Amino acid sequence: MQMHPAKRVEIIIEAPMEARLTEALTEAGVTGFTILPVLGGSGRSGQWSREGQVGRSGMVSVVCIIKPERLDTLLDAAFAVVQRHIGVVTVTDAQVLRAERF
Amino acid sequence: MDFFALAAQNLMTPMILCFALGLAAALARSDLTVPEAMAKAMSLYLLFAIGFKGGVSVASHGLDASLGLSLLAGVILSFALPFIAYALLRAMTQLSALDAAAVSAHYGSISIVTFVTATTVLAGRGIEAEGYMVAVAAAMEAPAIVSALWLVARSGAGPRMDARLWHEILLNGSIVLLVGSFLIGALTGDGGMTRIESFIVSPFQGVLCLFLLDMGLVAGRGMRGAEGNLGFGALAFGVLMPMIGAAFGLGAALILGLSAGGAALMMTLAASASYIAVPAAMRVALPEANPSVYLTLSLGVTFPFNLVIGIPTYVAIALAVIKG
Repeated sequence: MQMHPAKRVEIIIEAPMEARLTEALTEAGVTGFTILPVLGGSGRSGQWSREGQVGRSGMVSVVCIIKPERLDTLLDAAFAVVQRHIGVVTVTDAQVLRAERF
Repeated sequence: MDFFALAAQNLMTPMILCFALGLAAALARSDLTVPEAMAKAMSLYLLFAIGFKGGVSVASHGLDASLGLSLLAGVILSFALPFIAYALLRAMTQLSALDAAAVSAHYGSISIVTFVTATTVLAGRGIEAEGYMVAVAAAMEAPAIVSALWLVARSGAGPRMDARLWHEILLNGSIVLLVGSFLIGALTGDGGMTRIESFIVSPFQGVLCLFLLDMGLVAGRGMRGAEGNLGFGALAFGVLMPMIGAAFGLGAALILGLSAGGAALMMTLAASASYIAVPAAMRVALPEANPSVYLTLSLGVTFPFNLVIGIPTYVAIALAVIKG
């Protein structure tokens, strides 16, 4: 089957910043993304868990699949939001079946 | 002594014991959890019930100037308390100016669960309080954030504040539901209460028990997080600051001429520390501040202190002072 190269960008960020991030992505022309809850983890600030979080706290994961040539635009938009915040941005190579959708 | 008997009597309630159970379970690293969606649903129920009952009380007793003055006093307290908290933190701890300011915002704002528990304690003892204290609680959520950000701006750092953050703070779900249900209660009065009484009165204490079980679990995890995170000075602050806040709350209640129940609620509001609205605002406005410091202090130290020792003490003091 014909596959097409793409980039998978995953941004794990604090929940209060979620709307700001997705708005920045939309403004940069990235209209497709998936938001996933994050159960817990461990990082520079030690271990944390979603369990026991109250209010709009914890972390979320925002996943975007885009064409490789649009990667820099996305990263610029994302970085402007996440620069000062706790979080992780990763980019991995991916392949998609329907290139016209990205 | 009557005071200690009163405090002991308040401790032996299903609510406080449920909180203690959650606390003990978390400290013992039990796998007991309350599903997140259920905790959210219970908090919506409690906010709606407490707001509605406050509105009905205002409808029954009528409005007067004391509502406006109490709101004003609450806002002034919320603005002022962060400055005291900040000065104490700088004197008692090694926290940076940024962390101290972030913590101080929590202590100027309020904990609605602490407030709900205090109203239940009062109701259980048949002590009446001004129904509009619910509106005062809502008014005290946000001003402290302004004070804390001013403290940070003064030290040269640049807090990230924009119109959107203000929108999120002032229209956060808790405030909207609390004020909205208060207005619905005030508009529909006793007739409205008769219609939904079986939903918001009888199950209230049982739901509060389960919610406090969850809060005990949360606080217990916060206490575990305190190990190594907080020094003795910070822990002492978490106990001292609520008492200072309560003293200011009592002063405001005396000036306003509130009833003993109203004074106890004003003391509780001034003594409590936010752990929902303010942490979210701090993550946006002051992302460099360490969340484990302010969350641990607010949830792991001050919240349990207020629930177990603070509220019975505030009620006893209010009764002694106002009736005396």
